[in-house]
Amino acid sequence: MIKVEHVCKTYKVSKRNAGFSSALKALFHKEYELIHALDDVSFTISEGEMVGYIGPNGAGKSSTIKILSGILTPEEGICQIDGLTPWKNRIQHVKNIGVVFGQRTQLWWDVPVLDSFELLKEIYRIDPLTYRRNLEHLSHMLNLSELLKTPVRQLSLGQRMRCEIAASLLHNPKILFLDEPTIGLDAVSKLAVRDFILQLNKEKNITVILTTHDMQDIEALTNRVILIGKGKVLLDGTLEDIRKDFDSTEEALAQFYRSHQI
Amino acid sequence: MRLYGKYFMIHLKSIMEYKTSFFFTCLGQFLVSFNVFLGVYFMFQRFSHVEGFTYNEVLLCFSITLMEFSLAEAFARGFDLFPSMIRQGEFDRIMVRPRNEIFQVLGAHIEFTRIGRFLQAIVMFIWGFSVSNVHWTLPKILTVILMIAGGSVVFSGLFLLYASICFFTLEGLEFMNIFTDGAREYGKYPVCIYGKHILFLCTFVVPYALIQYYPLLYVLGRGKTYYALLPVAACLFLFPCLLFWKIGVRHYTSCGS
Repeated sequence: MIKVEHVCKTYKVSKRNAGFSSALKALFHKEYELIHALDDVSFTISEGEMVGYIGPNGAGKSSTIKILSGILTPEEGICQIDGLTPWKNRIQHVKNIGVVFGQRTQLWWDVPVLDSFELLKEIYRIDPLTYRRNLEHLSHMLNLSELLKTPVRQLSLGQRMRCEIAASLLHNPKILFLDEPTIGLDAVSKLAVRDFILQLNKEKNITVILTTHDMQDIEALTNRVILIGKGKVLLDGTLEDIRKDFDSTEEALAQFYRSHQI
Repeated sequence: MRLYGKYFMIHLKSIMEYKTSFFFTCLGQFLVSFNVFLGVYFMFQRFSHVEGFTYNEVLLCFSITLMEFSLAEAFARGFDLFPSMIRQGEFDRIMVRPRNEIFQVLGAHIEFTRIGRFLQAIVMFIWGFSVSNVHWTLPKILTVILMIAGGSVVFSGLFLLYASICFFTLEGLEFMNIFTDGAREYGKYPVCIYGKHILFLCTFVVPYALIQYYPLLYVLGRGKTYYALLPVAACLFLFPCLLFWKIGVRHYTSCGS
């Protein structure tokens, strides 16, 4: 389903010291440093799998998600999702995926949630019957019926996240990318979101790729974990491979990061 | 087109949430343009004409340019705000949706408050229209419509160019304002008054003259007939802008999560 081979992505980052004089210097002569956000990354994910994609901040998680969802073009490497290359067949490809960025909203701030959904229906060219069925199903599962008429700016974070997830699923995607979906949520909302994702995977056999810093997300949802650090895949296996003899996954992970100096 | 209608409705619903703010912004836009108009007015109190153009003729020229600009600003606002769209990750969102990127950027921002500026332009135009000595015929009226359409395209092209630069710098470049806001200011007068070199630049590089000076001459009965069609030629300006945009999208590096 998803095949990634030897993908590399480099960013040019300008560097300068703090202070006015160095700012002035940088105005005339900028020094760049090349950051290898992704360095020869390869993995495959099969249909219906749920994969946790973890790593410290700045490891390249978001870059990977952005390449897989067609936002970024890598310098090197092959990526095939359902036979399509995301950055070449962008429009075809994104019809099959749903993306949730936990820190950003895709809903229109000032209008009721339902208006945003109607717009998405138009954008994805969802036929009315499918739309109605999906909307009913999603609002039942995520308990949205009360929220749909409220403007987005008046929703709490937990309520908004439930709407975000529903918005990414209206068009029946085969793959769902979740970029930190539980960030900042309270315990109840977190559990609701997790339950929903599990159920979704069971019912529709949807492939889920999840990035998170919350180890409980991973424990609850996925068997397989891909651990990335400094742009390289360091581990592709199960949670047990990381945990070994430690009591908590959190500690084990911290130890793992330290031993790899990432 | 139906999708654009949906976008349009959502924007309309959004501004209804902030009625007072909308009203005052419109008023502000109206007054700003009115100021500029006063400037022209007082100048003509001292000079009866500029380079052979009378006050009424300049009024026509100014009002048409202002209409072109305010239309472009209202509908191509997304490109004007593009640096912040990139910074806030709005463009990432656009990329994961199965529609053309330019179309989505256009739909993402529609600025209804520019109606203030547009109204000012219309008032001026009507005045200029009624007091000018132009003998109005159907072809001339069509030419004016063509000028407004072509001009909106050229200004939109400039906004598009401005947005494309952001792919490389992630920041807007203020100097581009010379070509947009600057052109609006200088567009008060027919381009020819700025001299030959400027006229050349405005004909072959950034085709302001094709949407303003030449067709205006035709409308005033002083130009050749084919001048009336030059606004169509001005639309060719859009192609290099689109090409630049395409290159920009491939270069897009997004920003941290």
